[in-house]
Amino acid sequence: MSEQPSVLLGYLRAMWVIRHFEEALDDLFGRSLIRGTCHLCVGQEAAAVGACAALRADDQINSTHRGHGHFLAKGGDPRRVMAELFGRATGYAGGRGGSQHMAGWDIGFLGSNGITGGGIPVATGAALSAKLQNTGRVVVSFFGDGATAQGAFHEALNMGSLWTLPIVYFCENNLYAMSTPLRSHSAVSSIAERAAAYGMPGVEVDGNDLLAVRDAVATAAARARGGEGPTLIDCRTYRFLGHSKSDKREYRTEEEEAAARRRDPILRFRALLLEQGHASESELAAVEEDARNLISEAVEFAQASPLPEGDPSAKVYAP
Amino acid sequence: MTRELFTSWALREAMAQEMRRDDRVILMGEDIAEYGGAFKVTEGLLGEFGPQRVINTPISENGFVGVAVGAALTGLRPIVEIMFMDFVTLAMDQIVNHAAKFHYIYGDGVTVPMVLRLPAGGGRGYGATHSQTLDSWFISVPGLKVVAPWSPADAKGLLTAAIRDDNPVIFIEHKLLYSVKGPVPEGEHVVEIGQANRVREGDDLSIIAYSKMVDEALEAAEALSEVGVQCDVIDLRTLQPLDDKAIVESAARTGRVILIEEGVRQGGVMAEVACRIMEGAFDYLEAPPVRLGGGFAPIPCAESLERSLMPSAADVIAVAQQILA
Ligand SMILES: Cc1ncc(C[n+]2csc(CCOP(=O)(O)OP(=O)(O)O)c2C)c(N)n1
Ligand SMILES: [Mg+2]
Repeated sequence: MSEQPSVLLGYLRAMWVIRHFEEALDDLFGRSLIRGTCHLCVGQEAAAVGACAALRADDQINSTHRGHGHFLAKGGDPRRVMAELFGRATGYAGGRGGSQHMAGWDIGFLGSNGITGGGIPVATGAALSAKLQNTGRVVVSFFGDGATAQGAFHEALNMGSLWTLPIVYFCENNLYAMSTPLRSHSAVSSIAERAAAYGMPGVEVDGNDLLAVRDAVATAAARARGGEGPTLIDCRTYRFLGHSKSDKREYRTEEEEAAARRRDPILRFRALLLEQGHASESELAAVEEDARNLISEAVEFAQASPLPEGDPSAKVYAP
Repeated sequence: MTRELFTSWALREAMAQEMRRDDRVILMGEDIAEYGGAFKVTEGLLGEFGPQRVINTPISENGFVGVAVGAALTGLRPIVEIMFMDFVTLAMDQIVNHAAKFHYIYGDGVTVPMVLRLPAGGGRGYGATHSQTLDSWFISVPGLKVVAPWSPADAKGLLTAAIRDDNPVIFIEHKLLYSVKGPVPEGEHVVEIGQANRVREGDDLSIIAYSKMVDEALEAAEALSEVGVQCDVIDLRTLQPLDDKAIVESAARTGRVILIEEGVRQGGVMAEVACRIMEGAFDYLEAPPVRLGGGFAPIPCAESLERSLMPSAADVIAVAQQILA
């Protein structure tokens, strides 16, 4: 398949947007300018961008505690995601949600989720809607390797396959669940192997290779849309930073981290574009600069936004 | 037109009518299709609505409640049957952390219109894991509505309202009421959520109850009227939001209140109701309100033990005599 340079540059830009968003947050948290906690996806950008690149605009995704990248990759406005993190009225959830609890219905982002594995059945339900209402939509559920130990994972994949629902189960396997390595929380070393138990294809993919991720999801989405049911994707990647802001990463070696950094999905993709002549060095630099500026503006927007006011109990029930 | 129907038929009629009216309404649950559900409440619905809308699920309570939440978020209106209320423990994550919160955290346009039907209560010797009344757990979860009908007509009217509601509704059905017959309106019948019903009028003593315990309350009221005590019997019908106005009005008028529920008395629904009476009608009370409820034990299997654990009309009468003495 011949690749359009403008599309490829769009992928690169989307990854830089996520990288700068997350690095800005790391800095803001470090300076205590944002409350609470958050889970950053630096190093995992190709998973989010690659997967969303394979989807139609009206397809839907849902996500986890580590969800900023998914939201942005699906088309979320960085200003409003940032404002939500700052607890501002202009945030996607008007400040009621915060890092792990926001959604963008208009762009098909069915929400991040503070409960490990909790979103997998919910996404399966969205796929049930898509099937019963013949919308032609596909749903992608993102979750971590740790979430595959939850009963919700097993229950949802069984139903998704049993009912041949249009869904892609996308495991962002960064080899750790907080401090616990995959080998200590999973009886099998490949998440993809688990697919056999549900009668669906299980696919391993290099999660730091954006085009490989995109193509794997495109195949799975086509299968789902064609009425053949779900696929489980085991997307191998690595989180560069700590699990959350308090994590000193004492459970991993510096060598392991350095090796992972050499597989940086953004630098790798950037080098590929240069090498294959899709873009010049100055074009590539401009794309990054553009992303950096977008995030600076997002931070300014968030900081200038008003705090939410009024009765916090006012929106508990739908009218 | 009104005819006599069993509660289970009234519930089925509400579902069937709403499914005809709105094709977004679907049913999910274990053995609800061909088999018609453990208590036959969904019997026959598969035939009319087909397997796309009457969906048998695997035994995955958390999973299929989560699927229903996702379906509700994206345009369907699921009614989920949990075979026995006891099994709702397995689905608490999806109910408490997901269904109850999504409207609040995901924004104004996002709603979770779903009903969880929970066959509850003891009295049939099913033992510790098939007899519980766990109602009070749900009233302290913001975002849920909690409904528990007593009469067959209310069963139909409240279920209809629950299906039309854009919030997750915990719908508690007492197993012993399924086979009780009563007049039920034939056509569309909606009973607004949040309104208690005065099922007997009197000025001497208020008895506040809901679900199956309304039977005990009425039996006691009848016996008490023979000795000249006229009871006001309030059927709460909705546990969240509580009908404060009806509760406080009755308590203030009679000045004496007995509250009766089947669930464990400690931390029960009536603890909340009693407190609201203290807050709203304290100056009118002639005596402290008395709560009757399930004893603090798992529900035993043997009939003699199960009976003694549960509150009854005799308990109400005994307490009334003390209060009025
Ligand atoms: C039900 C539940 N248990 C525990 C947690 C605390 N927790 C948050 S994220 C996490 C690790 C999740 O690991 P994984 O699924 O691999 O995702 P990752 O953080 O690696 O992206 C844990 C234990 C939680 N949020 N929810
Ligand atoms: Mg992980």
